[in-house]
Amino acid sequence: MRELSCASGPLFMNPDSEAARAFFRQKKRALTNKLLSVREAVTRFVKDGDYIASGGFGSNRIATAILHEILRQKKRNLGFAGHTTTHDFQIVAAGNMHGERLIARLDLAYVLGLEARGLSPHSRRVVESGEVEICEWTNFAMACRFRAAAAGIPFIPSYTMLGTDTFRYSAAREIECPFSHRKLVAMPALYPDVGIIHVHEADCYGNCRIRGNTVADLDIARASKRVIVSVEHLVSNDEIRSRPESTLIPAFCVDAVCEVPFGSYPGNMPGEYFSDEEHLRLWLEVEKDEAEFSKFLKKYIFDVPDFEGYLRLCGGMNRIRELRALELLVPQAE
Amino acid sequence: MADYNAMELMICAAARLLEDGSTAAVGTGAPVAAAVLAQKTHAPNLLIVFEAGGVAPLMPSMPISVGDSRSFYRALMATSMNDIMETCQRGMMDYTFLSGAQIDPYGNLNSTVIGDYRKPKARLPGSGGANDLASLCWRILVVMLHQRRRYVEKLDFLTSPGYLSGPGAREAAGLPAGSGPYRVISDLAVMSFNDDTKRMQVESVHPGVTLAQVQENTGFEILAAPGLKQTEPPEKEELRILREEIDPYRYIIGR
Repeated sequence: MRELSCASGPLFMNPDSEAARAFFRQKKRALTNKLLSVREAVTRFVKDGDYIASGGFGSNRIATAILHEILRQKKRNLGFAGHTTTHDFQIVAAGNMHGERLIARLDLAYVLGLEARGLSPHSRRVVESGEVEICEWTNFAMACRFRAAAAGIPFIPSYTMLGTDTFRYSAAREIECPFSHRKLVAMPALYPDVGIIHVHEADCYGNCRIRGNTVADLDIARASKRVIVSVEHLVSNDEIRSRPESTLIPAFCVDAVCEVPFGSYPGNMPGEYFSDEEHLRLWLEVEKDEAEFSKFLKKYIFDVPDFEGYLRLCGGMNRIRELRALELLVPQAE
Repeated sequence: MADYNAMELMICAAARLLEDGSTAAVGTGAPVAAAVLAQKTHAPNLLIVFEAGGVAPLMPSMPISVGDSRSFYRALMATSMNDIMETCQRGMMDYTFLSGAQIDPYGNLNSTVIGDYRKPKARLPGSGGANDLASLCWRILVVMLHQRRRYVEKLDFLTSPGYLSGPGAREAAGLPAGSGPYRVISDLAVMSFNDDTKRMQVESVHPGVTLAQVQENTGFEILAAPGLKQTEPPEKEELRILREEIDPYRYIIGR
């Protein structure tokens, strides 16, 4: 197949499917109890220098507890898949401060904006600082890259990004179709070291169910070498086996299962609780001043032992009840 | 004085462009308001799609994120980013709405950086799904306030493709034939693209706006389309639906 043009951005991860097959050959398949605390899961499965992919869609169904723990454990020099990552990116970008560097490499499709809520001042400082190596992509490009890896092939062709600077600053390549002779963009497979995903239900082995949109999570779970799942409701294996068609991620992809009720907070969890817009506004506000933001992080993340401590500071179950009423459209009491 | 504001006019003008029975990939804010208004008026069978996976929701209120639970509330389907983008790539998405920090005469958009890429004055969020939708949907609608610094001859960074460098350039780059920018809706006018030059031209000026005002606020030469019209102002019923049913808390129309 003829290669027409090559973009100038850095390719952070090896797209070769043979290398990945060798890894997946030795990945454990057995059904074993994978329940771990968030602290233990992050200690065991996230190493300095790893490349991380965060599931969900920015402020929806994100694995907040695991992201906090990565920040709390001061992991360093990570690569990060920025396919519409908004609040999740805000959390990891907080590790780039006072000369410390949590994020070193960034595949960027959409970061630092929180959609309609505005831009994150700190994420913007981090991305503008030059201390993070950046490669440009689009959301579909990133989804194709996870899909290629999940399918065990080195790239997927697409018609997106052609003719634009987004392509020029990506690490994709233009190719000619061997059948139609049309130009296409080859999206290189992306095999993250660690995939981090929050799901509605899972058993202790890691068989997972998600309600609502799945974004790129089913492919991230299959493409990642190691997968840490946090789960809203732990269910029995019998429950999983009663409706096998509902299993969207199989246990053999998953390395750790962390039971974290309300684990997407302050993000939205479909059918469970709506996003906490006040708390998200507070993050955006305190980020304006680096000293204020440091104090905020100390209080909410570094000085609490775990996600439950954070949740208590944010209003605990009373706040969750309010967000649940919002999510379930409960009418105001008479 | 008109009894509507610029945002209400833009949403109504955008809504009228959407045909009944078509598909539209929308974002939060004005695009979703326009799509729902179209559904509640002339286009009850408009199929609204969100890039994160929501297909044809019956939204109880405006979503805050294109991936939040409102975007697939009582929907026909909640699916994946890949499924939605592949639907666009397959040729089944008629309309999409985009915006950006800058637009050029050919409808190309910048949402990546202001200034030099390596030493930006300001870094913006990036393409997200914008480049994908601009590449793969049939008709691209842009909703963008009219300011000289936004309507520029040359973009700082070409994030999402319009007609690229002019006639034939999209196809030469390999983008799907017959797709591209269709209308730009600003607070001053509705713009289309000239069939021969693929440059932006003024299709209709909003009530009380002159062609000279549009030119003053555009950083490149912009001509009038043959038979320049005046944009039809919003009708009472459109405004009622928009204010009472779609955006009662004025999140969008209050901006």
